[in-house]
Amino acid sequence: MSEQVFVLMDHGQGQIRSTSWETLRMGQLLAAETHASVTAVVLGHQVRQLAEQLASKALESVLCCDHPKLTQYDPDTYCAALGQLLEAEQPRLLLLGHVYQNIDLAPKLAASLGTGLVTDCIGFKLQGEELLFIRQMFRNKLNADVAVQSATPWIVTMQSGAYSADELQEGQARLEERQLSLEQVSARRRQLEAIEGMKGSVDLTKAEVIVGVGRGIKKAESLEMIRELASLLGAEIGASRPVVDNEWLERERQIGSSGQNVAPRLYLSCGISGAIQHIVGIKGSQCIVAINSDPNAPIFNVARYGIVGDLFEVVPALIKELRAAKS
Amino acid sequence: MKIVVCLKEVAGRDTRYRIEPGGRWIEESDLSYEINECDEYALEEALKLQEKHGGEVTVLTLGRSRAEKSMRKGLAMGAHRGTQVIDAEGRATSPHAIAAALAGALKGEEFDLILAGTQSDDYSYAQTGVILAELLGLPHATIVMEIDVDTEASQLKALREMESGWFQWVQLPMPALLTIQAGIAKVRYPSLKGIMQAKKKEIRQIPLEQLSIDWDSLPKVEVRRLYLPEIASKAEMLEGDPSTVASTLLEKLKKEARVL
Ligand SMILES: Cc1cc2nc3c(=O)[nH]c(=O)nc-3n(C[C@H](O)[C@H](O)[C@H](O)COP(=O)(O)OP(=O)(O)OC[C@H]3O[C@@H](n4cnc5c(N)ncnc54)[C@H](O)[C@@H]3O)c2cc1C
Ligand SMILES: Nc1ncnc2c1ncn2[C@@H]1O[C@H](COP(=O)(O)O)[C@@H](O)[C@H]1O
Repeated sequence: MSEQVFVLMDHGQGQIRSTSWETLRMGQLLAAETHASVTAVVLGHQVRQLAEQLASKALESVLCCDHPKLTQYDPDTYCAALGQLLEAEQPRLLLLGHVYQNIDLAPKLAASLGTGLVTDCIGFKLQGEELLFIRQMFRNKLNADVAVQSATPWIVTMQSGAYSADELQEGQARLEERQLSLEQVSARRRQLEAIEGMKGSVDLTKAEVIVGVGRGIKKAESLEMIRELASLLGAEIGASRPVVDNEWLERERQIGSSGQNVAPRLYLSCGISGAIQHIVGIKGSQCIVAINSDPNAPIFNVARYGIVGDLFEVVPALIKELRAAKS
Repeated sequence: MKIVVCLKEVAGRDTRYRIEPGGRWIEESDLSYEINECDEYALEEALKLQEKHGGEVTVLTLGRSRAEKSMRKGLAMGAHRGTQVIDAEGRATSPHAIAAALAGALKGEEFDLILAGTQSDDYSYAQTGVILAELLGLPHATIVMEIDVDTEASQLKALREMESGWFQWVQLPMPALLTIQAGIAKVRYPSLKGIMQAKKKEIRQIPLEQLSIDWDSLPKVEVRRLYLPEIASKAEMLEGDPSTVASTLLEKLKKEARVL
């Protein structure tokens, strides 16, 4: 039997999450290059209909693990469930999306199985026989090729957007149920209420023009010039997370994976490096402009126009031009 | 309440990394170091909890001997004592190895709560805290933005950050391990008095070798090569002095991109 690559399909509100579709695509590519087969795994309660959606993809099989104890996520139960499944099926690899739930789960699973875990990967490569995973390190400034030597399954989490779900190969997959015995598991962590935290007076999702400000602004006082620029452009101000964490701006202005997703005509970013958690929030922008003093800043990869320079010089120059145009 | 804070020293934010000749790791000489950002937030939160519930805060680190500087800063902020595992050869680089060493250093220690950061700014594994919890047999919660401790019942509630602006309360028995997200509290600056007192506070130093870690039993996750990412930028780069780039940009936004 050929080696197997398992992909855990996360879901919420009855839908499979986008990062899981992307990760499944990575699974197909990796399997093709390593002569392995791909299996999608769905964990939860009353999730048969989700498993059926997967049956039309080019996969070896879809394993559906349905159990009342899996209705809500908790790390003890989910770790036990996946542990049982992996023990029984012995895949070489388990791929997951690098999303909040799996950040909570994957390290526990790896530690309990004593297997290697590589997190937040953006790709893979084969060097001879050796499979390497690519991930960012050192404040996203360097890439690393990472090798695993441990018992299998190796566990790998994939960054959102690393692969395109549009390229998923259609086909046919065998749908199978797997019974798990979870009666013995007692979850130590209890899930209480969920709350929506970003509600406030600012709704950036409808803004046509946004000036995005990052840690490059260095202190709250310097925001004055950003305010002036925004007002001249008729723009809202948005921010990267550290600006908000430092309480220089309100939490509602945070853009990114833990903030708002925006889709303005123009997103003018000042002193933002372009970490993936920020990029996912601005992907819908029609035109992105980046002002950053570091020519290697990843923000330039998503920008249409780039200015390598000091924002404390470029922003005042923009203000001067806009003022002159007004009068 | 006894709280342990895992505190990692990382190269500073403005570091221009150079890669060592073998291409496998960075040149570590003459970098400047600071406390990992979310670990500083974790320490702040620990100090707040300690002020409310009493007890003491220990900072725990593994690193080269230079990490004492960051320990002292933690002590100056208000931590009561420190435990420093000295990894003179830089052997513990994988999350399993780091967590095994931290677990070893905690052997025989009493604690009610361990706080770690969500992720380190240099390796960015987002693993070490959770693996440590598993090695110690503790329940855990990750990416935490608020903590509410009930010392009587020996349990806590933690607010986990979720996708797109949602948060989730969870409840855990203590002892437990939480990984803390940046922004949980406003980080204090060490006071002059704090800095003076920190000089006299105890730091227990443990050489890594003393922890008798079974290296062969740990999963190996190794960096084979470190390199600058290929630049995938399709951006049109505007050049010139600030006023030239400013006028060129506004012109292009109006006439070319038509977004103004
Ligand atoms: C679970 C999780 C969720 C997250 N969610 C979010 C989120 O929703 N949104 C978000 O933004 N981040 C989020 N982050 C944080 C994210 O990983 C980055 O740390 C963050 O986006 C970096 O913000 P920044 O670009 O402003 O700061 P930095 O990365 O510090 O970048 C500052 C930039 O400013 C430039 N600069 C400095 N001085 C100047 C100057 N004078 N002129 C011009 N440029 C200058 C520098 O070259 C640098 O590129 C999250 C992280 C985690 C772990
Ligand atoms: N060498 C270390 N010493 C102390 N704590 C560490 C060390 N490495 C990681 N940690 C802790 O684990 C968290 C997550 O790190 P990482 O898994 O590398 O992303 C950090 O924020 C620290 O709290």
